[in-house]
Amino acid sequence: MTTEMPLWEVFIRSQHGTAHRHVGSLHASDAETAMSNARDVYTRRNEGLSIWVVLSSNIVASLPSQKGPLFDPSKDKVYRHPSFYNIPKEVEKI
Amino acid sequence: MRDPRINLALRMGDNTLILAQQNSKWCGHAPTLEEDIALSNISLDLMGHAQMWLGLAAEIEGQGRNADTLAFFRDTDEFRNSLLVERPNCDFAITLMRQYLFDVWHLDQLSLLSESSDSSVSEISQKAVIEVRYHRERSKNLVTKLGDGTAESHNRMQEALNALWSYFGNLFEDSDSDNLLSELKVSPLPSSLYPSVFQKLCNDSKSSTLLIPKSKFRQKGAAKGYHTENLGYILAEMQYLQRTYPNSKW
Repeated sequence: MTTEMPLWEVFIRSQHGTAHRHVGSLHASDAETAMSNARDVYTRRNEGLSIWVVLSSNIVASLPSQKGPLFDPSKDKVYRHPSFYNIPKEVEKI
Repeated sequence: MRDPRINLALRMGDNTLILAQQNSKWCGHAPTLEEDIALSNISLDLMGHAQMWLGLAAEIEGQGRNADTLAFFRDTDEFRNSLLVERPNCDFAITLMRQYLFDVWHLDQLSLLSESSDSSVSEISQKAVIEVRYHRERSKNLVTKLGDGTAESHNRMQEALNALWSYFGNLFEDSDSDNLLSELKVSPLPSSLYPSVFQKLCNDSKSSTLLIPKSKFRQKGAAKGYHTENLGYILAEMQYLQRTYPNSKW
């Protein structure tokens, strides 16, 4: 039965967080059931204020084989890091 | 004569206690991980309700008992749960259908009890109804999906509905104390809920494609403490530890 049902990725925005975070995945026959399963599986301990569920097959992922061309060029560009500035204390979320 | 509100509190407490116990047996055994956790969540919700209702029964009774002693030291003839919740788990179709039928009744019952003239009854109901709204939504979705699913899932849900139908009818059995409770506007007559609950089942059946049984036969007895043999097995398992080692703590 499990293998026949599509996989969904679950994202939850917590009490304190500002963005939805990926928390895991689950199986469900449709979006409605995925939502209620996500509620039951991932918010039992009052973790969330908002839930997103996305069909795993709808996610476009980068290929591990393309790791080199995608990410290597940024390795030696240290000047892209904001480490040469002093961040004002008032700026909280960066 | 004992306070009729005790009977109401026992009816609500025993229904939720026994169904919680029954559902909890699926923990670690349900067909999928998602259903396993969902059923355990519902079990815990119902166990919480049982604690409040049985606590209220003990308080009104005033004999020094509490929710635990009522749960673990009464025998079958003192239990006031309906015959529906003590049906054996059998398979997942029966378990789901039993939950669904119970949820439809439970939501209506708690909505009415939220308006009770008794403040303890209305407070417990207002607290519980929030969780039960979700239970009812969830079990309705499952029954719809499986009823309107494959030929096998449809047949199994239909068979479960047919098998449970006369026991479902037992939720609407009146007892002597119910007339008084209804006059005092503490709780509605159990039988008076039937038309609206039946209507909701009919509405849901349009999308689930399940046929609501035509039989008007309803099992009787639970309101007076007459139960099916299965309640004995449930209590034996549930009460074993406290009966063997009274007052032992977790």
